[in-house]
Amino acid sequence: MPLALLQPVLNRIATHVAGARPELFDRLGPHAGKRFLIDPVDFPFVLVLTPERKAPRLNAHRRHERPAHDAAIAGTFANLLDMIDGTLDGDAMFFSRDLAVSGDTEAIVALRNALDDFEGSALAAAIGSFGPFAGPASFVLSGFRASRGAGS
Amino acid sequence: MTETIGYQRPELVCPAGTPAGLRTAVDAGADAVYCGLQNETNARNFPGLNFTPVELEQSLAYAHARGAKVLLAVNTFPPAGRFDLWRDAIDLAARLGVDAVIVADIGVADYAAQAHPALRLHLSVQAGASSPEAIRFYCQEFGVKRVVLPRMLTVAEIAALHREIPCEIEAFIFGNIGMMAEGRCSLTNYVTGVSTNMDGVCSPAADVRYEQDARHTLTTKLGPVVIDRFIRGESAGYPTICKGRYLCSAKKDPYYAFEEPVSLNLSALLPDLMRAGVTALKIEGRQRSRAYVKDVVCAFRKAVDDLMAGGDAAFASLLALTEGRRETEGTFRTKRWR
Repeated sequence: MPLALLQPVLNRIATHVAGARPELFDRLGPHAGKRFLIDPVDFPFVLVLTPERKAPRLNAHRRHERPAHDAAIAGTFANLLDMIDGTLDGDAMFFSRDLAVSGDTEAIVALRNALDDFEGSALAAAIGSFGPFAGPASFVLSGFRASRGAGS
Repeated sequence: MTETIGYQRPELVCPAGTPAGLRTAVDAGADAVYCGLQNETNARNFPGLNFTPVELEQSLAYAHARGAKVLLAVNTFPPAGRFDLWRDAIDLAARLGVDAVIVADIGVADYAAQAHPALRLHLSVQAGASSPEAIRFYCQEFGVKRVVLPRMLTVAEIAALHREIPCEIEAFIFGNIGMMAEGRCSLTNYVTGVSTNMDGVCSPAADVRYEQDARHTLTTKLGPVVIDRFIRGESAGYPTICKGRYLCSAKKDPYYAFEEPVSLNLSALLPDLMRAGVTALKIEGRQRSRAYVKDVVCAFRKAVDDLMAGGDAAFASLLALTEGRRETEGTFRTKRWR
């Protein structure tokens, strides 16, 4: 997939989540300006989240680009999705070695706790922000989940 | 409490690290939820976790509207000259109308009893009170209504204790299990300079490092100390000194000097605990996610309800949520737990 097509979608997700839940930044505290590398290990690209209150960014990079970051979290796309969505426990994934973290552990813990306080599904809220495209986006995501049998 | 078939209906006391976690616990069937403020007054003072005063007030309204209680953990020990923070937490709890405050320190208990005599006090596990004499002291001096027992007694000892003390008993049934000297752990302090019991941080995340090499061997460090190495496919544990695996000249292989990466699960002992006179069953894990809270609370809610209805408790496996993917009954069945 050309990253140029993905980037506007990621921008939309970052700005929508930031606008809908400003208290997320309070939980992040001094870690809000840090760069979090999110590595879906079964995908050809990685994401760098910079959750700054005024200008949150979620940027896609080709894996080989090795973008600079303060902390990293890696797992399959499905597992990362379910963890962000509040249906999988991050500690359990760490115990089973399905999740790997490195770098600034305190920043990772703060981000995990901040996202876990997101009422309902952060992902559903982001998809809902796509207006007329929310239905198709949700359909694609449901299909993806059904195809891997997660049923979540 | 209602009494049926030899059991008294126990209160299910569940963890909440965030307001969303609290709502999850209440919706999953918690009778009571315990939580802490965003400072050193509680023993899970982790980044991004815990409640602001406003969030606590809103969460109280949510829980009370659904018939659930909210217990505030003010269960660390104030260092000299910093008592104001703990006093403010007690004052806030009284002002907002929390259902009980969980205290560990004698000075905090005394302040709460003197300043807010109507405020219900529970004695934290951090106080480490395990004898009838110690527990009676807290009851007599500060009006403590419930003791959270340290995880060092057998069920038979809990039953005997129940007959000798004038307050309710709360016992852990699931979650992290650390060293058997709660409230007296200085291991984190020794390595990082920050205290579990005074700063509320066990293995502060700022001092934790995870390193995975090309062979997928995971090395866990706290400050300069290597706590463990997990080979590819081996289940991992928390980065705590008390569950570290160490090299020692007296042992051929690396070994767990204090305790292994394992979680407490007393599913099988639930009927015995209920017969022993335990008033409240406690699930550990304020640092865990909403997903953990939902799964564990739902499992124990169903088990307690099944037992109260005269049936057997059928448990879904909670193994995937346990540290190191291993379970133990700790000392509850026998003192020789390892």
